[in-house]
Amino acid sequence: MSASALPERLVEFVGSLREHGIAVGPGETVDAAAAVDVLGLADREQLRAALAATVLRRSGQRATFDSLFDLYFPVAVGSAESAGPPPADAAELREALVAALAEGDEARLRSLASAAVEEFGRYGSFGDGGSGGGAGGMRGWSAYQALDRVRPDALLNRVLTTIRADDGAFAEAVARTEARSRITRYREAVQAEARRRTAELRGRERIAHYAVPPQTDLVSFTNATRAQLAELRRTIQPLSRKLATRLATRRRRARRGQIDLRRTLRRSLATGGVPMRPAMRDRRPGRPELVLLCDMSGSVAGFAQFTLLLVQALSDQFSKIRTFAFVELTDEITGLVTAGSADPEGLARRILTQAKLTRWGMSSDYGGSLASFVDGWADAVGPRTSVLILGDGRTNGGDPNLEAVRRIAGRAKHVHWLNPEARSAWGTGDSAALEYGRVVPMHECRNLRQLTHLVTELLPG
Amino acid sequence: MQEPLFDSVDEVVERLAGAGYLASTAVATTVFLADRLGKPLLVEGPAGVGKTELANALARATGSDLIRLQCYEGIDEARALYEWNHAKQLLRITAGRDEGWEQARDEVFSEEFLLPRPLLKAIRNPDPTVLLIDETDKADVEMEGLLLEVLGDFQVTVPELGTISARRRPFVLLTSNATRELSEALKRRCLFLHLDFPAPELERDIVTLKVPGLDARLTDSVVRVVGALRSMELRKAPSIAETVDWARTLLALGADTLDEQVVETSLGVILKYQSDHRKAAAELRLDTLLS
Repeated sequence: MSASALPERLVEFVGSLREHGIAVGPGETVDAAAAVDVLGLADREQLRAALAATVLRRSGQRATFDSLFDLYFPVAVGSAESAGPPPADAAELREALVAALAEGDEARLRSLASAAVEEFGRYGSFGDGGSGGGAGGMRGWSAYQALDRVRPDALLNRVLTTIRADDGAFAEAVARTEARSRITRYREAVQAEARRRTAELRGRERIAHYAVPPQTDLVSFTNATRAQLAELRRTIQPLSRKLATRLATRRRRARRGQIDLRRTLRRSLATGGVPMRPAMRDRRPGRPELVLLCDMSGSVAGFAQFTLLLVQALSDQFSKIRTFAFVELTDEITGLVTAGSADPEGLARRILTQAKLTRWGMSSDYGGSLASFVDGWADAVGPRTSVLILGDGRTNGGDPNLEAVRRIAGRAKHVHWLNPEARSAWGTGDSAALEYGRVVPMHECRNLRQLTHLVTELLPG
Repeated sequence: MQEPLFDSVDEVVERLAGAGYLASTAVATTVFLADRLGKPLLVEGPAGVGKTELANALARATGSDLIRLQCYEGIDEARALYEWNHAKQLLRITAGRDEGWEQARDEVFSEEFLLPRPLLKAIRNPDPTVLLIDETDKADVEMEGLLLEVLGDFQVTVPELGTISARRRPFVLLTSNATRELSEALKRRCLFLHLDFPAPELERDIVTLKVPGLDARLTDSVVRVVGALRSMELRKAPSIAETVDWARTLLALGADTLDEQVVETSLGVILKYQSDHRKAAAELRLDTLLS
């Protein structure tokens, strides 16, 4: 890259970061340029660190930053040079991959990732006389296709046999965890490589726009991949700590109440009617009670499960939390959730197997569930309870049973409905969201950022 | 502008290593930039990855004084910046009973009665200084406002004495566990470094450096097991400090290989929660092997 092209590239890069929700001001861009000026361009990892230091402001942004960095400041142009001769077919590549995975050789893994994309990831017509980017819509590099041929996940056992130098089930268990995370890194490398190659073909900005995954806190709950859900779960502990500090501060601030006029006047008698020392009305202490009512049907289970874990992690902020899940019927799952904090992954499965939520099918029945909640656990909701209902409000054409929601709202201190669907989808098809929304306040809650915001806003301090 | 502390990124790596701190490229580059651009460095990351240690090592590597401001909830200007030594002022007033008001006033608010706290101390220090503002996220938002003023211009105004400017710009390092989001204004003035768990090779070198007596193969196993533990979804992933502790424990136990028996007995050194313990035991199949 020539020196004159750099400012332009940097500005494009920053623009792309902004598009992905990382706010980078002009001041930061200038800092970044100054950093590059001081460091030079010789070392790519130094450049990466320098840009990260100047433009990023919080830790969660790193993955997005790295993906975009690889696009805008690629390792190489065209097919990346590989450490050895390129493998002839899939079998040979898998052979090499097993060795690299077993050794944990990162450089070799990366070169095998680019080899996989080069050999198997190509799609569309790559004729020699191809007309540049014009007809580029039909060709490109596909990580999916490459991974489909290489099938790195199926290599786990072969990697383990290779590693197993010393015996022992313990050593094997450690090796297994290691091998798994290396395979994940390999998959990511293939994806990054395919993005980079496609970007060369079709223009960087397009690829940056479509193919770079969003930041974790903007991933939508309902279409998150397994890996993204795992990443989301990993953020729960730090997030809950952050939220707890915020709630505790707010509670402390709120402890001193308003001026108590009567006592102030009474006191002022001693100073001849001049209110020298205003008396404050003390707030009644007490933490709020919380009732969660979660739709655990397939479409929204991920969202409900995540919210459950978050609330569970915040449990010391409430005097009492009771959790109910429903699909067709409602059942209390407080005990399951409490026990589930050690194993967040299996929580949904255990709720579905151990609680009585269904009669026949797996599709949600809001009417029946709400009715069974109101009938069976009427005492769960009292004047000090805040109720959160989690669900998309899709009744499958059944009766929404607004009356039940009205009754809950009548008894509770307040009720909020968190809906993981986009606001624009409310009321379409079998969604009764708008009807429910007229009874209780309904909030769009599609990603971690919205959930964080809602939890701090809605929960009484 | 004063002399930079380092000439190149490689020099940063070298000199920090000399002070017992093995820095990754990211750390070294960011430190180098913070020095060159004259900006404070905000280091964020999980507990026990060596944030505070970085400041210590920097001070050692550059032969600077280390001045530390430990933040906590409710820390205020008097604790961070300066305060007047009231007791001594009273004594002075009592001692000089028959002098006039004018004279007493001039005397009492002078250098002699000023108690400099870390920020003022760092600014006035004529020698090279590393100023560590530890756990910035624990302080209240008002404190951040104060930091902005001090770190922005490197000067402090004491109403009775006038403005005190830095004679030498200190190298400022702020750490945070990110329990609270720091204000945008503060972040904008700093370079940002997210310090995470190190790569296996680096961690191996760290363990070798800190626990030199441990057999190389065992060191390798320790790092691998810790790496495996970190990839599980634990409540608290083991930090570098804990890896080192564990290595020391193993050395003390006289273990020569890392088998399930040894791990089972010493796992408490690296895992601090019962639930994590159970989970790790299940995933590493310790329970089935020992029952």
